[in-house]
Amino acid sequence: MTSGSTSPATLPDPGLEGLDPRWSRLVTTPHLDGVGRTWHLLDNQVEEPRVTLLCVHGNPTWSYLWRDVIAQAPADVRVVAIDHLDMGFSERTGTTRRLDQRVDDLCALTDELDLTGPVVTVAHDWGGPISLGWAQRHKAQLGGVVLMNTAVHQPAGSPAPTLIRMVRTPGMLDQICEKTPTFVRGTMALTRPRAARPIREAYEAPYRSADRRKAIADFVEDIPLDESHPSQVVLDTIAADLDQLGDVPALLLWGPSDPVFSDLYLWDLAARLPHADIHRFIGAGHLTPEDADVASAIYPWLDQLDGAVPVSPADQEREPLWTGLERRSGDDTLAILEMGEDGEEEWVSFADLDADVKRVAAGLADLGVTKGTRVALLIQPGIDLAVCLYACWRIGAVIVLVDAGLGVKGIGRALASANPAYLIGGTQAVTAARGMRWPGVRIATMSLGQAKKRALGLRPTLPELREHGEGQPTPPAPTSVDVAAVVFTSGATGPAKGVVYKHSQIQAQRDAIVDLYDIQPEDSLVAAFGPFALFGPAMGIPSAVPNMKVTSPGSLTAQALADAVRAIDATLVFASPAALRSVVETAGEMSPLQVAALTRVRVLMSAGAPVPAALLRVVGDLMPKAELHSPYGMTEVLPVADISLSEMDAVPDGNGVCVGHPIEGVQVAISPLDADGVPTEPLTRESGIVGEVCVQAAHMRDGYDRLWKIENEASRPAGWHRTGDVGHIDEADRLWVEGRIGHIVTTADGPVTPIGIEHAVSELPDITQAAVVGVGPAGTQQVVVVAVPTSPGRRATLADEGLADRVRAEAGEVDVAAVLIVPSFPVDKRHNSKIDRTRIARWAERVLAGGRVGRP
Amino acid sequence: MGRTGPRRWAGGATVRVLVTGATSLVGSAVVNLLKDRGDSVSVLQRRPGGLDVTEHLGDIADRTAVATAMVGVDAVVHVAGRAAATGEWELFEETNVLGTRNVVETARTAGVTRLVYVSSPSVAHSGRSLVGAPAGPADPDHARGHYARSKAQAELVALGANSDSMSVVAIRPHLIWGPGDTQLVGRIVDRARSGRLAIVGSGASLIDTIYIDNAAEALVAALGRAPELGGRALVVTNGQPRPIREILNRIVIAAGLELPRIKVPYPLAHTGGIVVDRVWEHRKIESDPPMTSFLAEQLGTAHWFDQRETRRSLEWRPTVTLDEGFRRLESWFQSELATKP
Repeated sequence: MTSGSTSPATLPDPGLEGLDPRWSRLVTTPHLDGVGRTWHLLDNQVEEPRVTLLCVHGNPTWSYLWRDVIAQAPADVRVVAIDHLDMGFSERTGTTRRLDQRVDDLCALTDELDLTGPVVTVAHDWGGPISLGWAQRHKAQLGGVVLMNTAVHQPAGSPAPTLIRMVRTPGMLDQICEKTPTFVRGTMALTRPRAARPIREAYEAPYRSADRRKAIADFVEDIPLDESHPSQVVLDTIAADLDQLGDVPALLLWGPSDPVFSDLYLWDLAARLPHADIHRFIGAGHLTPEDADVASAIYPWLDQLDGAVPVSPADQEREPLWTGLERRSGDDTLAILEMGEDGEEEWVSFADLDADVKRVAAGLADLGVTKGTRVALLIQPGIDLAVCLYACWRIGAVIVLVDAGLGVKGIGRALASANPAYLIGGTQAVTAARGMRWPGVRIATMSLGQAKKRALGLRPTLPELREHGEGQPTPPAPTSVDVAAVVFTSGATGPAKGVVYKHSQIQAQRDAIVDLYDIQPEDSLVAAFGPFALFGPAMGIPSAVPNMKVTSPGSLTAQALADAVRAIDATLVFASPAALRSVVETAGEMSPLQVAALTRVRVLMSAGAPVPAALLRVVGDLMPKAELHSPYGMTEVLPVADISLSEMDAVPDGNGVCVGHPIEGVQVAISPLDADGVPTEPLTRESGIVGEVCVQAAHMRDGYDRLWKIENEASRPAGWHRTGDVGHIDEADRLWVEGRIGHIVTTADGPVTPIGIEHAVSELPDITQAAVVGVGPAGTQQVVVVAVPTSPGRRATLADEGLADRVRAEAGEVDVAAVLIVPSFPVDKRHNSKIDRTRIARWAERVLAGGRVGRP
Repeated sequence: MGRTGPRRWAGGATVRVLVTGATSLVGSAVVNLLKDRGDSVSVLQRRPGGLDVTEHLGDIADRTAVATAMVGVDAVVHVAGRAAATGEWELFEETNVLGTRNVVETARTAGVTRLVYVSSPSVAHSGRSLVGAPAGPADPDHARGHYARSKAQAELVALGANSDSMSVVAIRPHLIWGPGDTQLVGRIVDRARSGRLAIVGSGASLIDTIYIDNAAEALVAALGRAPELGGRALVVTNGQPRPIREILNRIVIAAGLELPRIKVPYPLAHTGGIVVDRVWEHRKIESDPPMTSFLAEQLGTAHWFDQRETRRSLEWRPTVTLDEGFRRLESWFQSELATKP
């Protein structure tokens, strides 16, 4: 032990931002080091607690890190947040304390505190191993472990050891950690968004002089990087003993934007604690509790620990996803037709597709892909995608699907979160994957020369997988409760979320669509709508993918659609509203043969965004025999409800958009809004009650991927999915959607939903589009209508009194404080149909407070 | 009428209410409401008002006159005050601060049990935008201008007199208007007539106002709820903020005049207003200035309030909407035109 300067424990300086001085106490552990040591800790001192959180900070922070966790603690939860000895405001002992000593220290402290009832450890950074060391010695008392951006092992490929070695070069360590506050300040610089100055100062408060910072250098020095390090064996033991915590609930909360403890460490911990719940706070960095609201994850997680495990409704046995294809394995007729540019066509028969799926399945298995292995498929809809998809499903691999519309950055984020072991794609995708360092062993769908393969860092290619799999036995199939897919939502409301589906849920989705549109073996499908392009083989019917750009549904022309329909005599067409709009615009360019082909279509289904009746009517002119349907749903559950054009025309006026009756087997209920626009329970099916639309269905998502908090919030009551849409059920049991929860305006007279007013206002002859937003504090907001006129000027302005009167007349009972006119709406980059209301609301707030007008 | 239900006092005895400043728009409206519901009403004011009630003539700065008017009174609605845009501090202090002290002190001596003081939201306003704001505490040190500062001091005097024996409530109506209003409506119409009405900034700042009948009903409601609300201050508005340009235009339209065309950028109006403040103060000019810094702030920044607590506490809601108010204003202008050749 080197000797350093000593000083007693003290209470923190008064007035530190967000820190209640009543939480601070000094506790002496009398026998430690033979002389007794005094600790500073934060303790809300709840008596007879339901559970105690033992919060352990890392380096170079202190218990201040946990102030929000204490502040938000329920009345029956005790929170004890310690300052390690020689850290924070605890005693400066003059000694050097290594990992094993720090575990001993913590055990001595909790003995002194005499904690009763279950204890859940909560730790960050190097507090992680210390807390786990404590946990392993207190298994009888241990209620759970919560870990944030920490490690018990250096996984291969991490740059952290290099960084640490750099800091540890002679002279550097003292200089950075001890003699100057560089390390403390550098850590604060990692906060995202950057913490406010009073908070940064509070973190620095106990480390203002070199003699108070010695332990910061000691901590860095104590990180084992090789076998000879004295703490290596201690850390290895802690890591190895994690398998004994298999029955202890665990929660891993992670800031992915951490240059030190990157996702690699999360995957390492997740592999050691396979039962752990995981939540990645997208955008948060190293100082997780500072960057993210961790308390709002921890407390609900504690609450559900005691609760019963939700039982998913018993579902009937359904056919595996590949059975429809297998049944036609002797059938040489067309299964999938891929239409390329310039009339190029490529097709595969059911027999060949089935054989190819089995070959690739065996090839993947040969490569090491097994049940549960994640395989990202960055392949355009078509034959290759179908082969890879059904091959993965056939052997229980979990496919990861990412909407190409997310863009390179969004795809990267999604893949970082899903962390696939393999990534299959075309040249463009594997090139991007290499350049952007996307995770996963890269597999190209086409043959490439050796040089090119090496340049792209490719292992095998799809043709090679076929070769390897040729003649191999088909590996064992998964069961219907195994996970089948992680599908990333479009991310219109924040970062894209991975939605987890089991085989049974995708089977149920296939069956729901078959039932809804009465799909028969004689039918054939043209799918210009992503999710459903994959179902042809599963339904055992031929399908064609028209020539269009995947990232831009508006690139589908009437000719391309008609050619696809004609090629397979399609009876079913699935297309997004954007694609249909473009089809309508280009309808005049069709040849008589193309026009005739469309007249044979039996069902047209358009999903992906609300479909205006007017659009369906025009499409109906092109497909006179077709029933025109618009299903309602979302990535998490689709379809929920369905409405046909004739039903749309028969529906009386109401508030919002009528999306039709819930389909067979789907339960829809409303979570009523309270006066502040917050959804409440119990759910109701009573007509006319406005609230969040909640859904239960066999084809509903299983959960969200590594987003425990979001999954928990979206699954109340247990077994339901909260859609985030607001609406009501009418007397005829039809569902109406009135907007998004986040777009509700909360006025003093109660919540106001936007869509009804928006539709009424946009019916005015001189208005094309309208957005209803709220300004002012929640609960006392004013309703503002922002509108785009048919002949917009160049500048945003207040509507004149005449227009304001007409808009107010459309709003009925709702008091509209102001009507603003803008040249155009800002739209979400990826969804040209979705207007960016958040931005419009911010703009309106500024203008109506007397700020600069500009434009939204 | 009492549509909003101010409760009658127990026992059924006629309530004797004194209204100060009853010649003002809101004062006379309160007198009429109280009379209609059967209260015994007397008034204290400087000039005869022609109301059919007991009239005490006198200045509230004159303690003897106030004490005389207070004899035998159960409740007081204290409206009187100096509301000019400019003038020396001493004038505001005398009427608003000393006058209010005279009213509350003589009321206490006379055994008055309820007192409602008509205050102003400006007492808590330091010049920033108010967006769905709660009623903050009166703050004379930061209130803008002599009027707001004197009203703030007066509100502290009034609420300081709240006790077990006398409940005092401060009600802060924001921009009262209606037929016969010489303050807001009168000034806007005068300026519009002479082509001097300007829109400050974009004209989009949301401003709360209150129609006269609603303000009077809120004051009467406060009288009824005084025992529960003693010591509190509440802002009352129509709960329908509108862009300032719309309010000006609708008043001008109701008066049958041309819409204003002049636009003044906010920074210019504000700077100009500060100059005017100094000049008018320095030269002791009594007439209305074209612009003051306070007025520029009023016109160029948002001023609207959270009405939830007010409505709960007073058990009151506005009964006349803005639309209905503007219709009544228009008919009033038309009948005025018809009677004045």
